Parts: sequence; C-alpha cells; structure tokens
Amino acid sequence: MERKLLLANAHIKGIETLEVYRQHGGYKSVEKALKTMAPEAILEEVKTSGLRGRGGAGFPTGMKWSFIAKPEGVPRHLVCNADESEPGTFKDRYLMEKLPHLLIEGMIVSSFALGANLSYIYIRGEYFYVARIMEKAIAEAYKAGLLGKNILGTGFDLDLYVQIGAGAYICGEETALIESLEGKRGNPRIKPPFPAIAGLWGRPTVVNNVETLAAVVPIVNDGGAEYAKIGIGKSTGTKLISASGHINKPGVYEIEMGITVEDFIYSEAFCGGIRNGKKLKAVVAGGSSVPILPTELILKTAAGEPRLMSYESLSDGGFATGTMMGSGGFIAMDEDTSIVKNLYTFSRFYHHESCGQCSPCREGTGWMEKILHKILDGRGTLKDVDLLWDIQSKIEGKTICPLGEAAAWPVAAAIRHFRKEFEEYVTNPQNIKDVKHFYRLNQLTEA
Amino acid sequence: MAKVTIDDIEIEVPDGTTILQAARMIGADVAPPAMCYYSKLATTGGYCRTCIVKVEQGSTKDPRPMPKPVPSCRTTVMDGMVVRNNTSPEIQEARAGIVEFLLINHPLDCPVCDQAGECDLQNLGYKHGAEATRYEFDRRTFEQIDIGENIKLHMNRCILCYRCVKTCEQITDGRVHGVLNRGDHAEISTYIEQAIDNDFSGNVIDVCPVGALTDKTFRFKSRVWFTKPMDAHRDCDKCEGKVAVWMKGNEILRVTGRKDEFGEVESFICNTCRFEKKSVSDWTIEGPRKINKKSVISANHYEETKKPTYLYDRVQLLNDGKKLPEVNSKDNG
Repeated sequence: MERKLLLANAHIKGIETLEVYRQHGGYKSVEKALKTMAPEAILEEVKTSGLRGRGGAGFPTGMKWSFIAKPEGVPRHLVCNADESEPGTFKDRYLMEKLPHLLIEGMIVSSFALGANLSYIYIRGEYFYVARIMEKAIAEAYKAGLLGKNILGTGFDLDLYVQIGAGAYICGEETALIESLEGKRGNPRIKPPFPAIAGLWGRPTVVNNVETLAAVVPIVNDGGAEYAKIGIGKSTGTKLISASGHINKPGVYEIEMGITVEDFIYSEAFCGGIRNGKKLKAVVAGGSSVPILPTELILKTAAGEPRLMSYESLSDGGFATGTMMGSGGFIAMDEDTSIVKNLYTFSRFYHHESCGQCSPCREGTGWMEKILHKILDGRGTLKDVDLLWDIQSKIEGKTICPLGEAAAWPVAAAIRHFRKEFEEYVTNPQNIKDVKHFYRLNQLTEA
Repeated sequence: MAKVTIDDIEIEVPDGTTILQAARMIGADVAPPAMCYYSKLATTGGYCRTCIVKVEQGSTKDPRPMPKPVPSCRTTVMDGMVVRNNTSPEIQEARAGIVEFLLINHPLDCPVCDQAGECDLQNLGYKHGAEATRYEFDRRTFEQIDIGENIKLHMNRCILCYRCVKTCEQITDGRVHGVLNRGDHAEISTYIEQAIDNDFSGNVIDVCPVGALTDKTFRFKSRVWFTKPMDAHRDCDKCEGKVAVWMKGNEILRVTGRKDEFGEVESFICNTCRFEKKSVSDWTIEGPRKINKKSVISANHYEETKKPTYLYDRVQLLNDGKKLPEVNSKDNG
C-alpha cells in the first residue's frame, strides 16, 4: 500500500519555495512545537512514535535523543547526515531536491527538542547542486524569521549551516562526519565516547539522517501515537525506498512499512515487475552493504512466511537466511546478472572507500577485491573462494567503524547463497565472457 | 578501584585503567601485543587491532558479554569485568588474522632492515603469524621521499600505527607530519615533503614499531644484536639526557631512548643527544641495560654470559688431541 507522509506534496510545482510550501501547510510543526510544546514533550512524542533511524542502523531516534548529555553552559548540536553515499541509495537526494523546506522544518523542531542553537547539514560533495537548493531554502527561511534569532517571536535561536563534504563514503559514519565537519581528515573516531557525550568540538551532538529528521515533522503535527499506527510492529511509519536495478520502474517510493516484498517488486504502484519479462535472481534489500538474498529467500522467509518490507521481517533468520532494512537501497537483479561481477563491483567500492585507519579493513578490503578480480579474470581456484570466506570472517567485527562489516557482509552473503556460481567461475573459466554462461549459471542456482 | 579478571588472573586496578594496562600490570605474558598503542602518547591505540580481547562479562552491574572483540588499549575496565586473551581460541585466531593483514603489504625484507631484532612486527609475526603467506599479489609500494638528513622514511614498511603522527602532534610543536591519502594507499608524510625540523623529531624513530622510520646516522652500520646497549646520561639543556647508547667495542653506534619491556621509551630525548653525541666522552656510562632474555639482542649479551664448561672436551675430541694451530694448518689435510 502506498502511503505518502513525507513525499505527499513532492509533486506540487514550486514546492521548493517557501511560499508554496507554506500554502500547503508547511512549517505548521514549527509553530506548534515552539509555541505550545516543551522540548521534553517533543522527545516524548518521538519516543511514542517508535521512529527508527533511517540511515541504516535503525536505532530508535527517541532513545538516541534521550542519550544526549546536558552539561550546564555547554552548547549542543544537531547534525543532519546528508552524506548519502551507499551504493543503491538515493532517497535523501530526492527529498532534499524536492522538499528542502521539509528538512529545514524537521531540523528546527528537532534542534528545539534537543536544545541546539547551532545545527549543520553535512551534504556529500557530489550533491553540489542539492547544497545550492538547500542554501537557497535556508536563506528564504532566514528571511521569513524561521531561522536566526528569536524564531517566530518565541525566543528560540537557531543557526543552520550547510557544509559540503569532499566525497568520501566514510564521512557518512557519524564520527567521521563530525571529524570532517571540524575540518579534519574524515577518520572515524574510536568509541566511546559517543557523540551524544562528546561530538562536534567535544560538545554533545546528535547526528540524524535526512529522512529521520523529515519524519519528525508529521510526528509533531499529528502526534507520535498517530504516527505509530502506521507500519507494522516496531517498524513504524513510512520508509523511502530507492528502487533500482532490473525493474520496470526504478525510483524513490514511499511505502508504509509492512507491505510484502513481492508486492513491492511486482505491483504497478511500485517497481512494476522485472523488466523485459525476466525472472528475478537476487535482491540487495537495503543498500550495497547488506547481505544479498536469492529470490526464494527475499520473497519468503525461511519459515515460509511472506517477507515484509520492515526492519524485523527483512532481518528474520539472521544473516543465514535474512538480510537488513539498511538505508532502503533496494537493488533487484534479473536472471542474467552475474553475482560474482556484482560482488567485485561492491568490493572495489569498499576498497576504494576504506579510510586506512585500522588494519583489517585497510588490508582486507583490497585483498578481497584482488581475489575477486582474479576470479573474474578466469584465474581463480576453489581455494580462492574459501580464502574469500576466511578473509571476510576476519574483518567482520574487528574494525573501528561499520565499514569493515559493510565490506564483509556482501562477500559472506554472496558466497553463502551463490557458492555454486563462484565454483562455476573457477572451474569453467573459459565460459566467463560467454553470454550463454548466464543460462548455465541460472540452471545451477535453480538446481 | 575496579576488580578485573584477565585470563583467570584477578587484579585490582584504579578506575579508568584500560584492559591493556591492567594486563601489563599482571605481566608481559598476559598482556596482549600492541602495535599502535603507546602509553606515553595520548589518543594512541585502537588502529592496529592486534590487542583485541574478548570481554566475557562487562561488569558486575551489567554482566552481559560484549558482542564483538574489543581493543583492550582503548577499553577501560569495569568492576567485575572478565576478559579473555590468551585463553580464548577465537581471539588467538582473530589475532592471527590481524597479523596476516598487517603482513600482506609489509615487505619481508628483515635481512636488510635495520629494525630487525627489535621489531615489534617481527616478534608478533613470530608468535602469531603463519609460516607462509596466502597473499599472492604484488605488495603495495611507494615512491621514496626524503624527510631530512637524520631520519629515513621507508614507507613500504609502514603499518600505519599513527604513533609518529601523534608524536609530532604532541611532542613537537608546529606539526608538519601527518597521513596522506586513504585506504591502503594511505601514507605517512611530512606535508609536501617538508623535512621534520624540530628538536624532538627524532623520537618518531623510537616510537615506530617497524622499520619505517630509522636513524640515518646508524643505517647499515651494524645489526642491533652485535651492539651492546648501555645506560648513559649527560647534562642536556633540552631533554633529561637519560638514554641508552648502543656500543660496539668502544664506539657508540647509536643513541636511543631507554625502552622498557613493552618497547616504550622511559623519556623522550632530543635530537642533539640522539644524532650528534656519538663519542664515549660525551656520556657518563652507567652500565649495561637489562635486556629480555628472549630477545635476540641478548644473544650477544655479555652480562649473562657464562664460561661454557662442555666445549673444551668436545674440541679436544674433534681435534684428536692436537692444538688449534695444528688443526688449522695445511698439512693436516
């Protein structure tokens, strides 16, 4: 079922301007929150709503906010993580491009709830034009008295700045983002201390994803309880899904959590089925770092129940038979896709983006890429497949930040579910560049 | 105070102590190896991951185990914490993995490396490494850059422990030393190849766990196990002047800080002491330094040497009653 909460007005012409945005009920939540609510009340609403972080980890937002330290006389900060770099994820770009004021509105309310008077939007370097759109919208908001000193006469001050990153994937990790924002090399920090205690310039900081902050707007407008009614179980609300791959209608979709994956792939309201009438082979459900699943496991859980688009259902069965919601980068692959080649592309990305701070990730990601390249080049052996498995297991869980896991999980899942295909690559290397090769591979997968 | 159990040995340590420090208090056998942590420098540690340990019980209050292995150098102890290091097979296996990662791009040129014999990575590889590498690709190499007349940077050997970067940040003023690039192309460098020109810059040699930063005044002069470390001091207006001099005969080949059993210097020394004072008359020599018996440096150590009692007989036997000059003479066939 389609349920538009964030993107309800995205189609309206001129919605990126303050005037049109306000005509359609924009900044209502700012007036409501700043004039009638206490910061604690907003926090309570967010807790009631059950909103979970939309950046990938799915940590409850209300809980994250409640961790922020409140020492006397120390300023606090809210940072919006718009460094959306996960391959297959492009929802934040769409949201900021179409509805820049929705993010600003969410940030004003959230900053008020957290007691932050100086907030930042950290945008990835490649989204330069989006930063322009945001800056324009911020200038409009300043002019209208929605930002700056004494917002709407309530006595609450908020300055909002846009900072453009330099295009490193690792700066999407919250502590690396903070380092980068401070003007340093974007290396993740060693935790603890967590940003809620010592973040930006050592001050208590909350880092939230664009979509998370935008979702605060309907929560304040309609109340947390109302928001919690949408969705299923602990996956409340709507989720933006960036659908891509071999589907008929790629794009950003807002879904109510709890629809079935099958429905999402094949219904006309969403992806519209696999293009050219082909069969689905595999799905990466939440951005490149989450485990890939073959058709039978993505449509149905190991227990045989239909898999739903929700945090719990997607991770049902752990990594043996499940995956993760991640950031909502939904990549569908048809029967002609080579899993090995796809994995090589992912591994090359993680090798390129490793910051080089801790040894398992620095050395391991490059090693995995080289082995995959060797296999694709027709020089692989069965030993290499086992070696890949061994390397990924030695990276996972031993790194400073989650990039190590992000690099290890795709390798683990591809070998776990498509081992036969790897074996085919190393035993019959002469077939690799042959188009008919894929048909053989598919027979293997089905058998 | 917090009570912590490491490998079934209980110890009470002050609050705020890290697991690694607590383990070192028990003894060097229990302490996890550390490639990047340096207790004399703030914010070091956490990068190399060799010191990872398993926390079986978080604390008395919250007895849950920690989900992942934690870096012991950056994790502070809690009262009632139970830690496994040498007694956990998973940790041993994970550590072997880390050592393998550290070695895949590290050149195995120990026979020509000045650090051999006092190299932390060599020791680590000896203890935890495999006998052969599974890595079959070209090792990463770097262009050689010149960072001044006293210090030699051999970037191929670097394991990016960040100790030298932190040294330059904390000991020397006006930092010109940092890390360029990222991932496995990351390299330590003085910014735009600017030489490190500072009175204490030589300490990066002492903190380097591998042979990436070595002393140009000592380069290729001798293997470390042919030299004898002696404690020495002099009146220095810049540093404490307490050093270890490495002698061969009556010659001082090298001056370093006094390193303890974990490879950490007792105090940082200045460049004048390190690079310029190389004659015996500059120093008041206190006596030989204690060197760990297991270390290759002690192989040549005079202090522990005892006169062998068995050799004479065997020589007699071999020589068949002849004296040495006779054995060596041509006529003996």
